[in-house]
Amino acid sequence: MSGKKGAKTVETAVKLTPITESQKEFISRIEKEAGTSIHLCYQCGKCTAGCPAAFAMDYPPRKIIRLLQLGMVDTAINAESIWLCASCETCTARCPKGVNIASLMDAMRRAALKQGKITDKKIAAFNKGFLSGVKNFGRTYEAGLTLQYNLSTGQLFKDMALGLPMMNRGKVSIFPERIKGRDEVKKIFEKVQQLGGEE
Amino acid sequence: MKFAYYPGCSADSSGVEYGMSMVRTAEILGIELFELDDWNCCGATSAHSTDKMLSLALPARNLAIAEKQGMDMLAPCAACYSRHRNVEYVIEHDPDMKHRIEEIIDKKLEGSTQTVSILDVLANKIGPATIASKVTQPLTGMKAACYYGCLLVRPVEYTGYDDPEDPQTMDEVMKALGADVLDWSHKVECCGAAMVTSRPDVGNRMLYHVLQGAKESGAECIVTACPLCMLNLDMRQAAVEKEYHTKFNLPIYYVTELLAFACGDAPETVGINKHFVDAIPYLNEVKKRAAEAEAQARAQQDKKETVTEDPELLQKKINSMIKAFEKGPDKMAGRLLDDESRASVLAEIISNDEKKRNKLAELMVSDKDKAVKVADAFVTGELKKRNE
Amino acid sequence: MVAAAQHPNIELITYAEVQKVAGYIGNFTVTVKKKAKYVDWDLCTGCGTCIEKCPSKKIKDEFELGMGSRTAIHKLFPQAVPGKPYIDAEHCTKLTKGKCGVCEKICPTDAIRFDDQDEYVDIDVGAIVMATGYDLFDWTEAYGEYGYGKYPDVIDSLQFERLSSSGGPTGGAIRRPSDGKEPKCVAFIKCVGSRDDTKGKSYCSRACCMYTAKHAYQVKTKIEDSEAYVFYMDVRTAGKNYEEFYQRSLDAGAKYIRGRVSKIYQRGDKLVLKTEDTLLGMPMEVEVDLVVLATAMVPAEGAKELAKTIGFSTDKDGFYQEAHPKLQPVETFAAGVYLAGTCQGPKDIPDTVAQASASAAKVLGLLTRDEYATDPMTSEVDPGKCSGCGFCVPICPYKAISLVDIEERGAEGPFTRQVAQVNASLCQGCGACLPACRTSALDLKGFTDEQLVAEVDALCL
Repeated sequence: MSGKKGAKTVETAVKLTPITESQKEFISRIEKEAGTSIHLCYQCGKCTAGCPAAFAMDYPPRKIIRLLQLGMVDTAINAESIWLCASCETCTARCPKGVNIASLMDAMRRAALKQGKITDKKIAAFNKGFLSGVKNFGRTYEAGLTLQYNLSTGQLFKDMALGLPMMNRGKVSIFPERIKGRDEVKKIFEKVQQLGGEE
Repeated sequence: MKFAYYPGCSADSSGVEYGMSMVRTAEILGIELFELDDWNCCGATSAHSTDKMLSLALPARNLAIAEKQGMDMLAPCAACYSRHRNVEYVIEHDPDMKHRIEEIIDKKLEGSTQTVSILDVLANKIGPATIASKVTQPLTGMKAACYYGCLLVRPVEYTGYDDPEDPQTMDEVMKALGADVLDWSHKVECCGAAMVTSRPDVGNRMLYHVLQGAKESGAECIVTACPLCMLNLDMRQAAVEKEYHTKFNLPIYYVTELLAFACGDAPETVGINKHFVDAIPYLNEVKKRAAEAEAQARAQQDKKETVTEDPELLQKKINSMIKAFEKGPDKMAGRLLDDESRASVLAEIISNDEKKRNKLAELMVSDKDKAVKVADAFVTGELKKRNE
Repeated sequence: MVAAAQHPNIELITYAEVQKVAGYIGNFTVTVKKKAKYVDWDLCTGCGTCIEKCPSKKIKDEFELGMGSRTAIHKLFPQAVPGKPYIDAEHCTKLTKGKCGVCEKICPTDAIRFDDQDEYVDIDVGAIVMATGYDLFDWTEAYGEYGYGKYPDVIDSLQFERLSSSGGPTGGAIRRPSDGKEPKCVAFIKCVGSRDDTKGKSYCSRACCMYTAKHAYQVKTKIEDSEAYVFYMDVRTAGKNYEEFYQRSLDAGAKYIRGRVSKIYQRGDKLVLKTEDTLLGMPMEVEVDLVVLATAMVPAEGAKELAKTIGFSTDKDGFYQEAHPKLQPVETFAAGVYLAGTCQGPKDIPDTVAQASASAAKVLGLLTRDEYATDPMTSEVDPGKCSGCGFCVPICPYKAISLVDIEERGAEGPFTRQVAQVNASLCQGCGACLPACRTSALDLKGFTDEQLVAEVDALCL
């Protein structure tokens, strides 16, 4: 790339270089976790064509696979699209080569989270809030999730208009529901933490 | 029929109507539900987006409990159903992974139970005929778009009980309840899921297309079996209307709510009064249509039993039939009698005998079966005469 | 076809099926079932009056692929050779219910025979050429995303051919099956069932890129102010002037979009296609009036059963297996049986003609000889060891082994017993019979037990 720090790049094209060991190892790990092979993809575009969120994606599913095929791991892991994937499984269901694209996007998202490359802060914050409720109480604590999510994403008054109507309909409780076995659940979280994302 | 019941975290909160109507549906159909003892959250999308082992371990704890209870598990929520099916699939096909999951949850897994979807139970295990027999308030004239969404039908390795592109289980249940089920474009398209909350700039547009697709098909309501789809389609409908300057006027129902209602429950019993998009007026409209249809059907039946034809019209018909007999005796004879030789005799009778011709013509109009018999008798009589 | 029918050395037997094939190269006996036509073709002049008068008019015409109707007595298609009709017994009122019989009454040469029966004949031939053709993959069973066949305006390429053919149900006018209107916007989707491991076949059907270019060109030139979209993954134009043919379609204004279509649904009276232009990298949606699917070529119905009857093999996709993919493209492993056309694999007309000519040449080469050289490595039976159990007879995939009587001398004089015998011209040297023989009476020349043991000794001792 460019020589000095802060200097402008001189590149006029993507420099296709032989894949490095770490890139190879990363892709192999992602493939194993997702249970699929990216080399099967012949870039037909059916996944992106059926993807309901593709309109909002910088690198829709086909392009993510293309990036991985060319070893461009960094671009893929920094993509916003892996966070916008709704896991609707339409791509996997229709792929003519049987590539499990949904699992691939999932695996990429987890890898991005682990590496701290959180391109979409809101969705990551939502997941974090959701899981903290489960960790502490064994079940989701919707009121807590909303509060935590709103605060952490700086949207203090988001959905406030719905709060009271929800309460009036008995659809949200202020207090969390605690299960008896919540220690067991906490232990699950701790054990998983120890594994650090490895299978 | 009995199941371990996994209500899921939303069954007593944002999806409270699903919980209420699920319990009532089980009571109506004679399904025994035994709530899973001290169940935990399945982790839904947030778990598999964060850590793979976590996403397998959380549902696995529930499965261990279900195995102890010794029953298959009914999970009405589409996400809970999908997550548990995922774990069941993994422990069936990957013994290594099974072992690792057991270590994390500190429990043994046999793989002896299976999680089932509410649509599978209703359409395949109970069956539309049984459901129809319990209906006291048919949903006649209801124009419904059945919305399956994603996780009830995909991935096929986990689901398998219905077609992933054109599923029919919910349609069959709704038909059994008496509704008009419409084919529409977004049956299995994603509603936006959690993104309608976390990234409405993306989610709202996805949600818009589902609502718009239903509207374009001529549906007057959407039926669903997923609490997140319901939350989006119902609670977030107003926001989508505002953003895209449109009006949908589409009440959204859980299939179990409609089942309970069609089997005699008041809407309030199953929480239909808790919807954001007012869902009760449409049910009243459907009640009216059903009553009208029934009244019409009864009138038709009465009319059939006392057929009094306008005498002038009847005479006109007979006259034209007589003309047809005059013009084409061979043809008319052929219509009455199969046997060629007898038909030709009948043709002669028709040509020569006016009285007999008119009689046959009259009978052709009012009672064809009798006409055939009489024609046969005429021929027999004629043949006998000729032989003498 | 007319030339073939009129050739003095060619006997054309139509509306018939091969029931059984016995014998071997140079000496086949083929049993043919000539199906009852209910019309005496020696008397019939092909005037067509019976077809005009037949009252059963609403039968779905198989040749028009469900887009037109025919009568019970009909010619298979207008250019059929011989150009004479036959009666479809399933739908004929006289044959099913005993009524009608109009055709018999009005036939000028009295050619109708309602009492006709199937006829079986045995024909002796020296060689057999398989040319059973292809069928199209049934996409309506597999492609739910395209509607499972519930949208009448989503058709396959062969149906489009009927629409654009002047002898077809619309007289050559391209019309929508749903409402008969002329479509202004037509979409062609390639690789439906082809190159699709999950829903269809893994192979490429070879002819579709070219015929789709032709179809797109036909839409652009036959329909004024029309749009033709072709959704593709690749455009395969490997042939003389093929690339130029494709270019002509582009010049005529056909729009080629690289991307598979993910879903088709109905909106009003139009069809909406969801796709991605992978070259632009943008998801796309297009509204069209008619969708034509270029579906995969699959072996003709009944081809597999026929191969079993005759005694040669099919490949993983059901096409007839050639003896060598490069060096023996028209021969099978059954000596004397040759292949021509799409029964061996998807191909287009120039390749079919070339292959058919090659098959004919092979047959000529065979029949001009009195003797035929085969591979010497065949199985042989030692009658002294053979117990006549016959276990080897059904094992042989080429039906090369039979039981024959031999005369032998015993303690009480001469007697007859049965032993196995291998027909060296049918035997392909596969060796499957060897393990079946309990007395080791069978041995494979060139790979005898003695020879194999000697090899092992040389390597191991």
